[in-house]
Amino acid sequence: MSTEGRQRSIRCLVAKVGLDGHDRGAHVIARAFRDAGFEVIYSGLHKAPEDIVQATVQEDVDVLGISILSGAHNTLIPKVMAGLEEYGAAEDTLVLVGGVIPEEDRDELMEAGVAAVFGPGTPLEETIEFVRENAPER
Amino acid sequence: MTGDDEALLAALLDGDHRALARVISRIEDRAPGHRELVSALYEHTGDAEVIGITGSPGAGKSTLVDKLAERYRERGETVGVIAIDPSSPYTGGAVLGDRIRMASTVGDMDVFVRSMSARGSLGGLSTATADAVKAMDAFGKDRIVVETVGAGQNEIDVVRAADTVAVLVPPGSGDTVQTLKAGILEIADVFVVNKADRPGADRTVQELSEMIELGHGSAAGSTGHHGPGSAGHHGVGDGGDSHGSATGSTGHYVEDEGHHGPESAGHDDTDGPWLPPIVETVATDGEGVDELIDAFGIHRAHLERSGALAERRRRRYVEEITTLLREDVHGLLEAELDRAGGLEALAEAVRLGETDPYTVADDALAPVEECLADLETGSQ
Repeated sequence: MSTEGRQRSIRCLVAKVGLDGHDRGAHVIARAFRDAGFEVIYSGLHKAPEDIVQATVQEDVDVLGISILSGAHNTLIPKVMAGLEEYGAAEDTLVLVGGVIPEEDRDELMEAGVAAVFGPGTPLEETIEFVRENAPER
Repeated sequence: MTGDDEALLAALLDGDHRALARVISRIEDRAPGHRELVSALYEHTGDAEVIGITGSPGAGKSTLVDKLAERYRERGETVGVIAIDPSSPYTGGAVLGDRIRMASTVGDMDVFVRSMSARGSLGGLSTATADAVKAMDAFGKDRIVVETVGAGQNEIDVVRAADTVAVLVPPGSGDTVQTLKAGILEIADVFVVNKADRPGADRTVQELSEMIELGHGSAAGSTGHHGPGSAGHHGVGDGGDSHGSATGSTGHYVEDEGHHGPESAGHDDTDGPWLPPIVETVATDGEGVDELIDAFGIHRAHLERSGALAERRRRRYVEEITTLLREDVHGLLEAELDRAGGLEALAEAVRLGETDPYTVADDALAPVEECLADLETGSQ
């Protein structure tokens, strides 16, 4: 999409959801995304699923990256996905989940509409590359 | 306009949040067809009151905007916020952090917060911001707040999209010479000394009021209407005094006019020049926010009565048209520059001493001038 004069930039929301105060990973990812040339909006800590939905819709982000280390992903992520659906934003938002997600939970998240799960130790480049390749064309 | 864009416009006018978000993205991306879209928005605009908020990093802009939004919502008004953060000049990337502070109204869809970064150049940000304001206006927002770091010309141009501009000055922010820099003083319609509970707030208020007097001294003297004391000053209290009571902490206001309620902010009972009032706030607990909203209202009334609103908007549209034309001409020239070997090659030629920037510019412009000359002769 190299239309003349067009100034496209990949927009990402890096979100922390629920009662989970560990934001180091989210900060690292936010910074890496910025250095990759993306526009990053950081949600701050302790957001409810509906807050994340509001921010995703209003900011019209291409990518929603949810960092979650509390183990509540099976409850919270489907709520976020349902909210995105309600505003018609689920289809063209690339939803990523990062953090401590047990192997056996991944399929369920993918079924809920999550595009990829990145566990601990994933190289930053891998995540950035994934975003570059899969950010929705608009 | 394409069918898609027409549907998008209809959805926006119908109050669809996602459509508003999408239209702002089109505006930001300078996507094909966005111009027609913005043109079509214009006839639906004009009802929103637009406030600009600027100040140094850490002055408390986002926190204040949050409290303003909360108060507007309590009054039953819908709010749009455009929060602008700098982007990296190297990678173009940005971390847009203002949303974190918007905690009071989180989850309330009638507060539409949009983070934007400075993409591109040549006044692109101010154009995109003005267009995004139009989109929110057409959507039906009652109040729109544009928030940006007051760092440079680009950012100052951005708040010009507002009818009323508030400049935040944190206490102890250096001597007043800092305030004189970069047109901060000229752009302010209202000064806000935020964090007014901090030490040094009084001094900052005093220094500011002296600056305002200096700036407007001659005008005030010649008309005789406005003594320096007519600059309103709302204190939030030096010792936990409840808001609304002016403390007159700088002394000379009190001698001059006695205590100033919100009514006296900016002395609007005449058609003379506007004297920016100073409002003290403690944004973290919402102190002084009502007074600030009052001051905005008084300024608005002054603009309407004195005809300055029309003048201000005219000036803004002059700038918008100029910027658009400049962008267009720049686009035309880019093609011409590519034909001449590209900007990089030309720059290298200048570096090697083979030519100079003026000659390069003249050469690039020559064919365009020729075309225009042809047009003129052709039409005769």
